[in-house]
Amino acid sequence: MAKITYIEHDGTEHTVDVKPGLSVMEGAIKNNVPGIDADCGGACACATCHVYVDAAWESKTGEKSAMEESMLDFAENVETNSRLSCQIKVTDDLDGLVVRLPESQH
Amino acid sequence: MSDLNAKVVILGAGHAGGAMAAFLRQAGHEGPIVLIGEEPIPPYQRPPLSKAWLKGEADADSLALKESAWYADNGCDLRLGVRAVSLNRGAKTVVLSDGATVAYDFAVIATGARARKLPVPGADLDGVLELRTAADAERLKAALGPGRRLAIIGGGYVGLEAAASARALGAEATVLEREGRILARVACEQLSDFFTRYHQDRGVTFELGVEIKAFEGEDGAIRRVRLADGRAIDCDAALVGIGAIPNDELARDAGLECVNGVVVDLDARTSDPHVFAIGDVTHRPLPLYDRQFRLESVPNALEQAKVAAGVIAGKPPLAPETPWFWSDQYDLKLQIAGMPFDADTILVRGDPATAKFAVFHLKGDQIQAVEAVNSAPEFMMGRQLIGNRKPISREKLANIAISMKEVVA
Repeated sequence: MAKITYIEHDGTEHTVDVKPGLSVMEGAIKNNVPGIDADCGGACACATCHVYVDAAWESKTGEKSAMEESMLDFAENVETNSRLSCQIKVTDDLDGLVVRLPESQH
Repeated sequence: MSDLNAKVVILGAGHAGGAMAAFLRQAGHEGPIVLIGEEPIPPYQRPPLSKAWLKGEADADSLALKESAWYADNGCDLRLGVRAVSLNRGAKTVVLSDGATVAYDFAVIATGARARKLPVPGADLDGVLELRTAADAERLKAALGPGRRLAIIGGGYVGLEAAASARALGAEATVLEREGRILARVACEQLSDFFTRYHQDRGVTFELGVEIKAFEGEDGAIRRVRLADGRAIDCDAALVGIGAIPNDELARDAGLECVNGVVVDLDARTSDPHVFAIGDVTHRPLPLYDRQFRLESVPNALEQAKVAAGVIAGKPPLAPETPWFWSDQYDLKLQIAGMPFDADTILVRGDPATAKFAVFHLKGDQIQAVEAVNSAPEFMMGRQLIGNRKPISREKLANIAISMKEVVA
């Protein structure tokens, strides 16, 4: 299990245990963390699971695919540390990961 | 009218019903929730059943909306294997198929839609399948494998996704379509042509403009599909994907207004203020297009679940979303935003021969809908422009060298 902390836009923190193999998005959905919608269930088709990855974790969360890059390019409030959380696979190495959520996914 | 302690009874534990329970808790609702589902398993995602799950790339665990302990841990009384048989709006109770009566302060109808049946002889043979539930998908998966022959009745999204998955599993696939082209009800001709060719190049056979006369079998199992012109298509299984019918009988019997689904307003409320309806079963307003329509999509189910939960919990109203859909076939990602209502022009951006293009449906200088194949910028920007009604320049939109960020007039 990896402990992942999701911080809502208003500062509310949710720290949950996520099974390796799931995505960071699935960790949020299965634990009912508000602020990640994930309309498409992880198909990289909607950009409603946008998160900001804390600087310390950017290298461990892997590279963006061209599709993810392309989707993020047109999402709202995108920063250099923006990711689609459905595209980050949880591994034991991500134990302690902190991600912040944008104000809105739409 | 909101009451955080109200008892909410959700009829139907599909994607919409499951999401409704989750969004109620996210919105701070504290009252009891009863979630009633006919299927034997907790709410799960249906879209992967014809895609990743069918190809063996996703397991049952990953399809579940929540861990199974979530419901009990969150005061949600999940009752599986039962369905609501009647809604008594006077007494505010629901009667279940196991005889139980459940009282509600708010009822939420999330009974979804069911696969349309093909009324021909042999439809009850083993191997005549549909694809709606996890159990349906198990049967379909068992019928697929190297050399197995799948006949697919209906060239809609379910059929085409199943055809792509069947090919990935080494099975033969023949699509039998009544209309002169596939996707006839849901997509434009350019897209139909493109998908037909893409599937043909990957070994799928199409029979267009054909009528099914019967399913014929031996020893109770299907062996072939008989066409009205006399020809027979040999097969080991047949998948019928010819659309869905809303499960609105319960609402009709309860005297709620129904027109091809339960009529709701922008708050997902029915003609009874204590009864909401969400998801595939609803006939809902589309404010962008100034009409009511029934949408069959996960984004629609989630939007209505979130809206209804917010209304019950007394949250500020949410802005209506632009309808959108997606489909994965082979290495193609099709993303559709909006509805092509009232469009006067179809504009293709990019070259279909490159498997990377988008079809825009325009009404004057406004985008009504976009169908984007492997074209995320066109989908993302198109969705925004549909929602905010900003006029675009047709010349710029048609020119692939101009970024989607610069197509506004």
